[in-house]
Amino acid sequence: MRTRRGCVAACAAILLLAAGSAPAQQAVDTEKELEKYRQMMSDPMSNPGFLNVDRGEALWTQKRGARNASLETCDLGMGPGKLEGAFARLPRYFADVDQVMDLEQRLKHCMETIQGLDTADILRRRFGAPGRVSDMEDLVAFIANKSSGMKFEVPLSHPKEREAYAIGEALFYRRSDFMDFSCATCHGEEGKRIRLQPLPQLNKPGRDAQMTMGSWPTYRVSQSQTRTMQHRLWDCYRQMRTPEPVYLSEGITALTLYLVKTAEGGEIQVPSIKR
Amino acid sequence: MRTFFFAALVVLAAQVPALSPAVAQVGAPPDPAALERVTKAMWPKRPEGWENRISYDETQAACSRFRNELPQAEFERVRAREAATIRFPADGNVLGDWKAGQKYANDGRGGTFTDRPMTNGANCYACHQMDLAELSYGTLGPPLVGYGKLRNYAPEEARAAYAKIYNSMATMPCSTMPRFGYHGFLTEQQMKDLTAFLFDPASPVNK
Ligand code: HEC
Ligand code: HEC
Repeated sequence: MRTRRGCVAACAAILLLAAGSAPAQQAVDTEKELEKYRQMMSDPMSNPGFLNVDRGEALWTQKRGARNASLETCDLGMGPGKLEGAFARLPRYFADVDQVMDLEQRLKHCMETIQGLDTADILRRRFGAPGRVSDMEDLVAFIANKSSGMKFEVPLSHPKEREAYAIGEALFYRRSDFMDFSCATCHGEEGKRIRLQPLPQLNKPGRDAQMTMGSWPTYRVSQSQTRTMQHRLWDCYRQMRTPEPVYLSEGITALTLYLVKTAEGGEIQVPSIKR
Repeated sequence: MRTFFFAALVVLAAQVPALSPAVAQVGAPPDPAALERVTKAMWPKRPEGWENRISYDETQAACSRFRNELPQAEFERVRAREAATIRFPADGNVLGDWKAGQKYANDGRGGTFTDRPMTNGANCYACHQMDLAELSYGTLGPPLVGYGKLRNYAPEEARAAYAKIYNSMATMPCSTMPRFGYHGFLTEQQMKDLTAFLFDPASPVNK
């Protein structure tokens, strides 16, 4: 078990940074400071996200459900039980369900088919909150961490992967609802910001997309929770004033595949820690 | 830029029939029916109280399809359609209370699926620099510092600003800026207050 001993100092520093809604001038300095802390953030001792990694590991091997089975035979695309590098190649096409899945969809599938688990409760706890631990966030942190140091690689070799990519790209530019926003409104240009918040450009291969996608799942200091891409996109749609998008829906996976493809070649360092 | 993009689209469109499945190649647009199916599954039903909110109109569809770079004919069609939606205050007065406008410009709350019904903020500072003293401003839109002063507080300019807030796409189809009045996101009084924030000589925007 790793501990969160080192977190006290590091997290306090990050909290200070997050809290100071600094003037524009200071934004640049803040960015520099953050760079320094990033070193510290990838240190298991300072990053509470590694608590999720530990819990995820326990969940992976724990026997549960009607079949009293663990998840250890779950095939995440690299073969049953093979975790190294699996996250770096997701979302991907799975022949057994004839469908493109992201990690969370695949985990739900394995819980139901291998463990015979009733996932209603898992879905209710999809996003952690005070007093509510999310199995999904724990498992994703554990499994994604097994791809740390590796690079995203989604060759889109199956026609359904190419279809999902095309849908994801169209969704990225799809303007809708109360505010006429699309993802491209906020992530379609270089060097823009909303208020003082820098906005990564996510529709072009490059450093922004690679750094962004390579850092999820992440421990979010502002929320005191480790979050997955499912939650990030849920939150961006919330800001866009759409209705709540369905968790594990095909569209979120399509968008994720589009983003991962755009970030291809980017190095994964997770769980990271950010604002 | 627009012409170039249109040319690229024509080339793309010409290529599509040559491919056997609709998405044989990365970069090709998705099958419209598949996209429709996916968005329906993402948002299977309108939440209670949202039934009258516009979810996806013709203009959004055009801006999505052309990625905000409309071909000229479409550009004119959208502009005319959006201009026709604008409703000015019955008494013709577009100027309200700049202090209230200042508050709305700074307020980004309201309208999300986690908010209770409330008076929505306008959040202009998300995208615009306005009062120089407010340092927390975004850069998605042009700075509006000194907006009324630079326009000599001309009444027709104030009217144009009210119209811009009501429906940004009446002058700039596929603008990044939301159509606040068209969607009913802001009330008439809020839009008057915001116009006053831009046009009142006493407003910090003009200091
Ligand atoms: C109204 C503006 C807005 C829209 C529209 C928007 N986002 Fe975001 N997005 C943000 C902001 C602001 C952040 C940074 C939030 C933070 O760090 O607290 C962000 C963060 C992200 C991140 C993580 C960035 C990082 O560095 O970790 C991803 C990925 C992302 N958005 C994807 C999307 C996608 C995909 C869409 C469309 C479904 C979208 N966004 C729509 C404002 C927006
Ligand atoms: C999401 C970004 C965004 C938000 C929010 C936004 N705007 Fe804009 N605004 C823009 C962009 C981009 C333009 C330039 C393109 C155009 O003319 O539509 C613009 C243009 C304008 C103009 C015309 C500027 C000129 O060239 O004369 C005015 C006036 C304006 N905005 C006022 C407002 C006010 C008031 C609010 C809040 C109620 C607001 N905007 C909110 C993005 C935004």
